[in-house]
Amino acid sequence: MLKYFASRLLTFIPTFIGVTLISFAFIRLLPGDPIIVMAGERGMSPERHAELTAQYGFDQPMYVQFWNYLTGVVQGDLGNSFVTKRPVWDEFFALFPATLELSLCAMIFAVALGLPAGVIAAVNRGKFFDRALMSTALIGYSMPIFWWALLLIIVFSGILQWTPVSGRIDLVYYFPNASGFMIYDAIMSGQSGALWSAIRHLILPTIVLGTIPLAVIARQTRSAMLEVLGEDYIRTARAKGMSPSRINAVHALRNALIPVITVIGLSVGTLLAGAILTETIFSWPGIGKWMVDSIFRRDYPVVQGGLLLIAVMVMIVNLTVDVLYGIINPKIRKR
Amino acid sequence: MSLLRIRNLSVEFSTSTGMFRAVDSVDQDVANGEILAIVGESGSGKSVSMLALMGLLPWTAKVTADELSFDGHDLLNMSGRERRRIIGKDLAMIFQEPMSSLNPCFTVGWQIKEALRKHLGMDRAARHKRAIELFEQVGIPAPEKRLSSFPHQLSGGMNQRVMIAMAIACKPKLLIADEPTTALDVTIQAQILDLLTSLREDSGMGLVLITHDMGVVAETAHRVSVQYAGQKIEERPVRDLFRAPHHPYSDALLRALPERATEKRLPTIPGVVPGQFDRPAGCLFSPRCQFANDHCRTVSPAPFGADLGYARCHYPLNTDRRIAS
Repeated sequence: MLKYFASRLLTFIPTFIGVTLISFAFIRLLPGDPIIVMAGERGMSPERHAELTAQYGFDQPMYVQFWNYLTGVVQGDLGNSFVTKRPVWDEFFALFPATLELSLCAMIFAVALGLPAGVIAAVNRGKFFDRALMSTALIGYSMPIFWWALLLIIVFSGILQWTPVSGRIDLVYYFPNASGFMIYDAIMSGQSGALWSAIRHLILPTIVLGTIPLAVIARQTRSAMLEVLGEDYIRTARAKGMSPSRINAVHALRNALIPVITVIGLSVGTLLAGAILTETIFSWPGIGKWMVDSIFRRDYPVVQGGLLLIAVMVMIVNLTVDVLYGIINPKIRKR
Repeated sequence: MSLLRIRNLSVEFSTSTGMFRAVDSVDQDVANGEILAIVGESGSGKSVSMLALMGLLPWTAKVTADELSFDGHDLLNMSGRERRRIIGKDLAMIFQEPMSSLNPCFTVGWQIKEALRKHLGMDRAARHKRAIELFEQVGIPAPEKRLSSFPHQLSGGMNQRVMIAMAIACKPKLLIADEPTTALDVTIQAQILDLLTSLREDSGMGLVLITHDMGVVAETAHRVSVQYAGQKIEERPVRDLFRAPHHPYSDALLRALPERATEKRLPTIPGVVPGQFDRPAGCLFSPRCQFANDHCRTVSPAPFGADLGYARCHYPLNTDRRIAS
């Protein structure tokens, strides 16, 4: 198991270098000069422009710039934002808890509903529940996220007035944002109503962000369960006199989880990307919104550093998924 | 009284093109401690009838019978919950593919102990002790170590031994073995058959051996039931059948054994078992039977009595009796 983990960890290195190169190149491929964007409407003299270009090192050859960036990254220095002048590292980890909180909630929402839904659909294959569930999942999967978000806001925030429209907590509550996780901080603040307010703010973004993963997980669970339920070892379990519920929940689900875990792992990547849209709609102060703003400002260090850190997060998730694989499927563990 | 009694069992599958009759009015008895062999080609319904008995057929199957009783229980009018108390305990089954019949996600020990907990309610220590005992009984070396193996770490023969250990875990009164050696090497085949017969001698359980191997039948079984296209066409004590078969199909099967061939070229049975769409009007074997006449091709024969081995044939072979046609 340890050897398996170490071999997985080794694949990190080339991926990491590749991601660094891509994130570095990506922002430079976009048209637009960061110095001119910084100057704004007023513009600047050619002398000042040349001076600033030299100051930021943009006059050097691309490979030198990349080498400087790479050596910085290896030492844990991602550079400072052009706009705020604060280290990218600090900005990222100030905002990341908000995104993580939202993504975790969305993932829990998707798994908690998607897994049982897929299992129930598979067990009742072809019946009304199965068809209804699978058509709903297809709709959920095909729906544009922003449209779905606006629809929910109109119904639940506008007409019914059950949930807030945006933000993370009502303005009447104030407490230090110690951990960055609003639910945790609200509990620690001890202010009555703060937790409920934080949860109410989370509901709609969670549903919006979790919808696509939910649909994907439900469909994948169903098809994996259907395949597994036709296997010989399920017949063996039935021949042992095991009850259908035990066969579905223990004998079949464990095997069906293998492809489902893959999908869950892949969803985390899309979740971080999907968070950009959701965070923008709900004014959620996470890294998604921060990244979008930085791209418009041509804030090179923030974009390349942010991309790199997001990629590392996805890589960590994938590693976790690989380890989970080994735990669930003994065949992979021994290889 | 027989341990297992089946009367007029039929199994139909609903397919997209209509009903397909896989088992057609089959009668079967098994006494305590007896070895019954059911032989037939692929598609003769030999496995399906036993799966129907176990309640393991998919929901597309429709099972009808006049009687389906095992050890005094009426399996036909029994709820699923009641049936599950018997299945896996008094009535056990092993299958053709040992590699795919065990769950790849759980250790073989876990899979054996699960049955012990469900049917015998043993505690953890007792389950562990019994599992080791069972592994020793079926000849698995280093049982303590093997209990924590996963199926993919064991060979096909070892996995079949695990399956057998699992099936006999609760000391069943009847064990159904569905082609237990088909997927194994020839040398392992003999070992597994020896194991099954010696287990039967020790425990006195009945054994139903589903096979298409006449050699296996001759060596192990007491009685043999020959099935063709879902019907039982002859049932005899093994010695009698091998000496003088009454049904032309049994006769043709025996002639096709390499050991019995007298000519240079091995005799075969021309044609294939009829499927859903080419079932003949009269005797189901008539298109492939060398003795068939127009009567055979139009009128379906009813089985004879026990003296002629319940042969489903208008003109049974090897008999002095004059058959009125």
